[in-house]
Amino acid sequence: MAEFDPHRPSTIDRVAPIAAIAILAAVPPVAGLLGDPFLIKVATRVVVFAIAAIGLNLVVGYAGLVSLLHAGLFGVGGYVVGVAAWHEFNGEALGLGPVAWAGTADLAITLPLAGLLAGIVALVTGVVSLRTSGPYFLMITLAFDQMLYYGAVALQKYGGEDGLQILSTITFAGRDVSARTPFFYLALTILAATVFLLGRVVGSRFGVVLRAAAENERRVTVTGIPPYAYRLTAFVVSGVVCGLAGALLASGQQFVSPADMSWVRSGDLVVMAVLGGLSTLWGPIVGAAAFVVLELVLSSWTQYWQLAFGAIIVVVVLTLRGGLADLVKLATQGRDAR
Amino acid sequence: MLLEVADLHAGYGSSKALFGVSFDVAEGEVVTLIGRNGMGKSTTVKSITGLLAPTAGSIRFKGRPIHGVAPHRICRAGVGLVPEGRGIFPNLTVRENLVMAGRLGSGEKAPWTFDRVLAFFPRLAERLTNGGAQLSGGEQQMLAIGRALMTNPDLLILDEATEGLAPLIRQQIWKALDELKATGLAMIVIDKEIEALVGFADRHVVIEKGEVAWRGTTAELLADASIQETYLSV
Repeated sequence: MAEFDPHRPSTIDRVAPIAAIAILAAVPPVAGLLGDPFLIKVATRVVVFAIAAIGLNLVVGYAGLVSLLHAGLFGVGGYVVGVAAWHEFNGEALGLGPVAWAGTADLAITLPLAGLLAGIVALVTGVVSLRTSGPYFLMITLAFDQMLYYGAVALQKYGGEDGLQILSTITFAGRDVSARTPFFYLALTILAATVFLLGRVVGSRFGVVLRAAAENERRVTVTGIPPYAYRLTAFVVSGVVCGLAGALLASGQQFVSPADMSWVRSGDLVVMAVLGGLSTLWGPIVGAAAFVVLELVLSSWTQYWQLAFGAIIVVVVLTLRGGLADLVKLATQGRDAR
Repeated sequence: MLLEVADLHAGYGSSKALFGVSFDVAEGEVVTLIGRNGMGKSTTVKSITGLLAPTAGSIRFKGRPIHGVAPHRICRAGVGLVPEGRGIFPNLTVRENLVMAGRLGSGEKAPWTFDRVLAFFPRLAERLTNGGAQLSGGEQQMLAIGRALMTNPDLLILDEATEGLAPLIRQQIWKALDELKATGLAMIVIDKEIEALVGFADRHVVIEKGEVAWRGTTAELLADASIQETYLSV
């Protein structure tokens, strides 16, 4: 008889994320051949937003809850890197109650810290917002996002509305990773780890319960499962992942600002997830890549690029219910029946 | 007593649906709730399973009060529900529908596992990777019962489990329920098929306009033709 195997992903779902990471990994050598290092910058941006969109998709795609908070969580991660680096650079200790911290520009310390702090913020806001659903959830997460946004604006010491320049050399475990290529591979490693770990999460019974609760909450409760606990866990995990992505963006562009935290940015993250496809783990990677590249290409043609971008989103949503991931599936269907 | 419902009052907003319903279920006993549509059977079930908070009265399960307790806690205490309208998850596969309900370390009797449910409903074993929406009505009902069994209930509540099924499929479901009864599982059954209930259940509770109009054993029900005439004819 069948063993306890809750989820067996189809071939495409197993191959696609590996293929996506392999393609991204090939960007630096290709950029070297083409003599166009800017490509690495673009690919880094794709990787960072892919991490954030995958994290957000746990909440939007699997749990069926559209959150406008996640740019805020993204920003929390960014500010952890920025503030720690500021203190290190200025030689001024950061007083945290009884302890004083000299700060650091080492991502081996700030990345976990960014994930932790974003996770704590997600926990506190999730406890409240997950008591609601639908449009109320949307509104309450938007409100929390605005609170984080104005919280960042109020940080006058760290640049306030103008944002915070990161002047230290970014390192990882003592090694300089501030150059484009090593930083790109660091970010890509974190993307790969995120895909692997979240793959385990959504493939487990936990992931099944999240999807079941999105379908019908009452039926889940009469099965002996409290959806709230599962949703809160998913919310915190997605917060941690977004915090990591935010920390990477800040490190990569050596700048963090409240602008990255506005609810409009949260909307961008939702668009990336929807554009790529909500029902797969790897769809948001495709979505993030499409978003970043389209933004770049269209905005080089016209300053009204969002008009064209909107039209593309309309077409994708109307024609491909599973997002761009559906397109990939259609293209490979001949070889993979399932 | 496994379940004791005493003077239960419940309703939806300002409209009251139950006016002092009382009945009980012993260990291993099968009790039916019968009566016409809209008389309060489903409201009684919703109150027992925690989906609706009673306005007055008490519900005790294994001696402990469960009225006003969260539905998932009531389920964990040992009350399994096969909801009205099948209540499976159409977008999850058969396997996922079952696995999500399985918890470790519950149940005092021989626990229901994934394998045991598949052995009980071999039809489901053939359709593990199919989505819930792709199943026939009978298969969906088997899945709903299988999912409830995965929670290892001591009391299984079936709300219209055979509604809308073909006669042959209905027979299969009743046969399965007979086997469950033989394992000593207590049940509350709501169904329109009175002939099948009479052969299956130990005791009957007739609910009429939110109150218990009649209660008795199967023998008493069969002896009194007027009961069926008065309360059960549509």
